[in-house]
Amino acid sequence: MAPPTSSAVTLHINGEKYTLTVDHRTTLLDALRERLDLTGTKKGCDQGQCGACTVLLDGRRSVACLQLAVAAEGREITTIEGVADGDRLHPVQQAFLDLDGYQCGYCTPGQICSAVAVIEEHAAGWPSAVTEDLRPEAEAPALTADEIRERMSGNLCRCGAYAQIVRAVARAAENVTDEVKEPVA
Amino acid sequence: MTTTTGSSSATGATGAGRTRVEGRDKVTGAARYAGEIPFAGLAHGWLVLSTIARGRVTAVADEPVLAMPGVLAVLHHGNAPRVDADYVGMLGRPNPVVGLFQHDRVPFTGWPVALVVAETSEQAREAAEALVVGYEEEPHDVAFRAGRDDAYRPEDSPMVQADAGKGDVRAQLDGAAFVVDAQYTTPEEHHCTMEPHAATARWDDGRLDVIDSNQGSGWVAAEIAQLFSLDRDSVRVRSEHIGGAFGSKGLSAHQVAAVMATTVLGRPVRVVMTRRQMFSLVGYRSPTAQRVRIAADADGRLRAFDHEALNLTSTVHEFVETSAVLGRVLYDAEAHRTRHRVVRLDVPTPTWMRAPGEAPGSFAIESALDELAEKCGIDPIALRARNEPATGPVSGLPFSSRNVLACFEEGARRFGWADRDPRPGLRREGRWLLGTGTAAASYPSGVGRSTAAVTAEADGTFTVRINASDIGTGARTAMTLVAADALQVNPDLVRTRIGDSDLGHAMIAGGSTGTRSWGWAVRLAAADLRERLALGGGIPPEGITARSDTADAIDALPQQERHSFGAQFAEAAVDVTTGEVRVRRLLGIFAAGAIVNPLTARSQLTGGMTWGLSMALHEEAVRDAATGGHVNADLAGYHVASHADVPLVEADWVDDPVPGDPVGIKGVGEIGIVGVAAAIANAVWHATGVRHRELPIRPDRVLRAAGETPGA
Repeated sequence: MAPPTSSAVTLHINGEKYTLTVDHRTTLLDALRERLDLTGTKKGCDQGQCGACTVLLDGRRSVACLQLAVAAEGREITTIEGVADGDRLHPVQQAFLDLDGYQCGYCTPGQICSAVAVIEEHAAGWPSAVTEDLRPEAEAPALTADEIRERMSGNLCRCGAYAQIVRAVARAAENVTDEVKEPVA
Repeated sequence: MTTTTGSSSATGATGAGRTRVEGRDKVTGAARYAGEIPFAGLAHGWLVLSTIARGRVTAVADEPVLAMPGVLAVLHHGNAPRVDADYVGMLGRPNPVVGLFQHDRVPFTGWPVALVVAETSEQAREAAEALVVGYEEEPHDVAFRAGRDDAYRPEDSPMVQADAGKGDVRAQLDGAAFVVDAQYTTPEEHHCTMEPHAATARWDDGRLDVIDSNQGSGWVAAEIAQLFSLDRDSVRVRSEHIGGAFGSKGLSAHQVAAVMATTVLGRPVRVVMTRRQMFSLVGYRSPTAQRVRIAADADGRLRAFDHEALNLTSTVHEFVETSAVLGRVLYDAEAHRTRHRVVRLDVPTPTWMRAPGEAPGSFAIESALDELAEKCGIDPIALRARNEPATGPVSGLPFSSRNVLACFEEGARRFGWADRDPRPGLRREGRWLLGTGTAAASYPSGVGRSTAAVTAEADGTFTVRINASDIGTGARTAMTLVAADALQVNPDLVRTRIGDSDLGHAMIAGGSTGTRSWGWAVRLAAADLRERLALGGGIPPEGITARSDTADAIDALPQQERHSFGAQFAEAAVDVTTGEVRVRRLLGIFAAGAIVNPLTARSQLTGGMTWGLSMALHEEAVRDAATGGHVNADLAGYHVASHADVPLVEADWVDDPVPGDPVGIKGVGEIGIVGVAAAIANAVWHATGVRHRELPIRPDRVLRAAGETPGA
């Protein structure tokens, strides 16, 4: 008997549980887009080079095109549809909207998911390739424009909205930090 | 606002920055693109492309593939529906690549030879990769270079005037004080829209319904109707959100394949190109080899201007990259000659790509102007001011408005140009040599016939219907603002419907014509509606609709040279020991008529400038002579500028009223890229003393140049 070519999986996405049978070849990206109608996660290259399909797996950035759906079982998956708090946009989303951090919008969900994680990675003290002082006792680097550019470089934007995206991420980082200090009532 | 020009506005809707009306959908993932609309019974098509560069298909082994799980059909030249690709569309004859599976000839590597359709995309992909195609191979030639003896002069057409000229170039060169005679090359470049080309086609109650990603749904609908010999009204094409286009999204193989497959199978079929397929199927910017000869008097006045540009095309279709047209606008001289030549190779047909012609052409002539400034010992901006023409250098026609010097003046002030020491190779900061450069920019401000309808609804709101395409430009928002201005109402009361061929004829989003063309139609319809509403009386349940057609108004335009202008400034840092070039800042100042929405217009301009940076330093598709295909047909091998490559990029504009023009809008889609690569190359020269006449300015080229030029 031929080995099975599909399996039932349970995926935890944006706080919801989805059980479905998937072809073993199905990527997490295709499962989201073709099976679960979560089309906010975009397919730009399908080979891990553009970042349009960036989602958060257990809070960390991951390109969904290089992840098999069957391997994502048990992980907490956050897609662009799960970034906002109900009708209230995440500060990153709001900043992209206000500062025109996009044009065609196709890379935008990936940029936003990436930016959400960048702000958290930075707040957690993770260095980047442009961080100058890498000693363990060094103070966390400021989230400068160069730090944002470096950390966001896995997300291509062919419209060339980088200048506005960097401003949006910087503004959102301030807002996120402020909210941590002074939670909005 | 000081940055706003054009007609005065009662509500101030235009000229004030407005966020995009579809912005919330885009930041929440709710905006659906062409490959994202679900249909019951949807089947998936996967294209199979040729692996040889020239020859014919001898066999398509479809039997074993049809036996694979889920496979529904294999279409190829032996069984595909017949189409008629011998028609003349809005922009001329179609690229023969849309005559899908009509014969066994293969004219380039990556020519579509089959479509596999299956129940799921995984099944279609595996079957497509398993399909064995037999070929009879013939020798091919993909070697593009200057000086090929088979280059020819293309026929003149409404789109292209191959040659233009006046005066005796040879005589003026002989008598000149200073002469620049240089060759410049630009490589093959690709659009690389983030959203791959995608279409879903189905027959719906006797009509063909196509959900597609394109830059003109009426245009694509008309081409599909012609190709499949259908009544135009029986084809509907919708394209609500488009993930970038840049010239690449007209009729391509994917829509044709989807229409064929849905016709054969009787169920909806979606065809999405892979990233790799896009490199051979959707067109690209031809490489160019350009020779520029400029001669000047001792005081820098031009005596001769001679620009010859060579590009390649395929063996099945002609495309002319109009690199030499820019000189017909920017510079006058006693003797003025601009010529285009083309060579046919076994490669895919190139097409329009952001600022077609002007982008590569400006690299050549704006580099050459900088070289002339160096030879004459005149500041590059002063040299341009000295040669500012009063009328079109070749046409003799007046300019509708020409504020290029105002752009240079404002740019120089903001960039700090006055403090610049013109000598190269003097500024060092650690391992970096620093330099600054500038270049002029120009791009035509065209217009195309459009129709619009504006409805006053019974509930007090307004609906605008215009078949515009929002390829990322902010067209939906711009048309909302134009309508609100003309109606003198709050933009929140205006809904704008675009991207549907059923909305009637409108210009495509291309050649920087969209906002001018659509805005004109919307303004006419809205003004008419406002007059009718002023008569008083109630609004019936179906509303009151006013319609417009700009055909007559466009015919009534006087003959003028209509262009946007700009001045580009760049600062570059060069490490001659590693060959690394980093752009530190870009500033572009533009004269582009009335700016409808400063927020989105600025994004378009800085986006174009970012393209210019990418063109200067990164982009280069490399073709392998042995296979005729690309060696870097993906986003890792073909590098487009990423976040870390892009520094401070700023764009702004000067007042640019267009006297007597009924619209005052010029368009900002292309002008941003024009001149940027030259400004960067000029900055690299200023940093190092080395001229780079080949793009991109790769590390190996910087290293080689440093080795050849002692002291640099």
